[in-house]
Amino acid sequence: MTNELLPGLALQKVDERIMTLNVGPQHPGSGHMRIIVQIDGDYIVACDPDPGYVHRGEEKMAEYRNYILNIPHLERPVIHDSCNVLYPYVLGVEEILGIEVPERAKYVRIIASELNRCIYIMYWLAIYGIFLGHSTMFMWPAGDRELLIDLMEKMTGARVTHAHFVPGGVRNDLPPNFEDVCLRQVNYFEKRIKEYAAVFYDNPILISRTQDTGVLSRQDAIKLGTTGSVLRASGVDYDLRIKEPYDAYDELDIHTNVMTEGDSYARSKIPWLDMIESCNIIRQALKKMPKSGSVRVKLKPNPKGKGFESVYKRVESGRGSLGYHIVSDAKPEPYRLKISVPSFRNLIALPYLLKGEKLGNMPSVYWSLNYWPVEADR
Amino acid sequence: MMSSDSETSVLNTTEKPTEKPTEKPVAKPAAESVQLPAFEKSISEKIVEKFNDKVKIAFVKKDRIKIDVDKENVHDVAEFIRDGLNYDHVESVSGVDYPQDKEIEVVYHIGSYTDPSLSRQILALSTRAQREENPIPGNDATKLPTLRDVFYSVEFHEREVFEMFGVFFDGHPDNRRLLLPEDWADLPPLRKDFAIKGR
Repeated sequence: MTNELLPGLALQKVDERIMTLNVGPQHPGSGHMRIIVQIDGDYIVACDPDPGYVHRGEEKMAEYRNYILNIPHLERPVIHDSCNVLYPYVLGVEEILGIEVPERAKYVRIIASELNRCIYIMYWLAIYGIFLGHSTMFMWPAGDRELLIDLMEKMTGARVTHAHFVPGGVRNDLPPNFEDVCLRQVNYFEKRIKEYAAVFYDNPILISRTQDTGVLSRQDAIKLGTTGSVLRASGVDYDLRIKEPYDAYDELDIHTNVMTEGDSYARSKIPWLDMIESCNIIRQALKKMPKSGSVRVKLKPNPKGKGFESVYKRVESGRGSLGYHIVSDAKPEPYRLKISVPSFRNLIALPYLLKGEKLGNMPSVYWSLNYWPVEADR
Repeated sequence: MMSSDSETSVLNTTEKPTEKPTEKPVAKPAAESVQLPAFEKSISEKIVEKFNDKVKIAFVKKDRIKIDVDKENVHDVAEFIRDGLNYDHVESVSGVDYPQDKEIEVVYHIGSYTDPSLSRQILALSTRAQREENPIPGNDATKLPTLRDVFYSVEFHEREVFEMFGVFFDGHPDNRRLLLPEDWADLPPLRKDFAIKGR
C-alpha cells in the first residue's frame, strides 16, 4: 500500500496562481462528498470529486443475506426513490427464481415507482432551488411533495423506505378507494407543478444563472456514459421505459423529454418535465389496471436459484438507468451483487463541466447533475 | 396488445420463431428451449467470426450476451465491440471473486446509445485476473489492461474495482482510491476472504 496515491493527500507542486479549495464533505453545497477544486482567480482550472463519505457496503452486506432479507437495506441508498432503486433487484431475482408476476401487481408497481420518481424529483428540486438562492422553490416542492407521500403512505404504510416491492409482486394490495384518491391527488399535483414554470423556469434570474453554464455536448454525453436527465438534456433520446420496457410499460403510451442545449438549464428542466409525464403514466396505469386479482406470487421460504447464473436488469429511475448485476450460485444468498447507479455514472461528467467555469456557478452545475451522494457511494 | 402479438407470431412462424418462447412465460420455457434469440445470436456470431477460439460465448439470452475473453485479448475485443458493433458506453463494471479458481473476474456491461437496434442490448464482456492469497494492491500479479482508452466511461468504475478487489488496471491514468477511507489498510473489502465481523 506504500505507493498508493490517495485523493487530496498526494503531493502537488505549488503554483502561486492556483489555489486548492476543498468543498465539502461538510459543506451543504456539496452534499455528502468532497469536491477538490483548483481555482485561478474566479475560474476553476481542475476539479477532482472525492465521494465515499457515505459508503455503506451495500454490496458486501447483500452477500450475507438471502434474497428477501436484502430488500429493506437495498433501498437505503435513495430513500426518496426507494421503489425505483429496488425495482431492478426484484426483476433480477424474479428471473433467477423463474417467477411470473400477476398482471395487477405490474400496474401497482408502475404506479408506485412513478409516484416515487415524483417524490424524489421534488426533493431534488427543493435543494436545487435553495442553492440558487430561490427560497420559494425550496418551500413549494417540499410542501407539494407531501401530497404524494401521503399517497405512498396509504399504499405501503410508510412515508419513505417502503420495502413494497418483493420478488413475485408487491407486498400488499392497494387499500380500498385508493384509485379515486390517487387520481384526485395526482391531478392536483400536476396542476400545481405547472405553476412552477412562472416562478422558477421562466424566471430571468434562474435563466441567467443556468443558461450556457456547464455545457455537455451530445458526443461527450455519450462518450462519458452519462444517463437519465443529463443524457436527455444533451439531446440523446434514451429512456429505458420506452427502449427496454419492463413490467407493463410497453402497454402504456409514454413520451420522452429531450432537450438539445446540454446546459444546466436543460438539465434542471428535464426532471420537471418528467414529473408531468409521470402524472400521465399514473393516470393511464390507473385506467388500465385490472380491478381485482392477486398482487403477489407466494414464494417458498428461503428461495434460491437453480444453478450458476448471472443476470443484469435495469430500470429508469428518477436519475437515470439503474442496473443490478446479480450472480447467483444456487444458494439462498446472492454470490455477488453489483449495483450500477446513475449518480455514480454521472459523476464522471463533473470534472468536465466545471473546468473553465466560475466558482460561483459550481452549485448550479453540480446540482443540475441530479446527483445523489448516498446512492453513488452505496 | 398481448392477443394481437400472439396472432402475428402464429402467422409468421417461419420468420420469427424466436418471438414465441420469450413472449409470455418469461424465464422457465426460454431456458429449456434450445432456440436462441436470433438478433443476439447474430451479434455473438460476428464476434466469434472475428476472434475464433480467442473468445468464448458464455450465454446468449434475450437482450443479453456474455463473452469470456483472456486478459491478453480483452483490449482487442473491446475495440472491435466499439468500432465494429457500435456499442459506445459502459454501464457497469463489476468484479466477482472466485477463490476456488484463484481468479477474479471483471465484467464490463456495455450498451449503446447511438444505435437504435442495440438500445435493448447489454453485452457483458468478462475477463479474469490472477488472484493472490496475500494481495498487495497495485504491486502483485492481479493486473488487467485498462479499457479506459476504448470506453472512456469506465474511468471511475475501474477505480472502484481496484480498491474493492485489488485488481490493478495497467495503463489507467488515475488508479487512486475512490470510495474507501484514506487509512484503509485491510484486504480489499469485496474479496470473499474479507469477512464481516460477527457473520
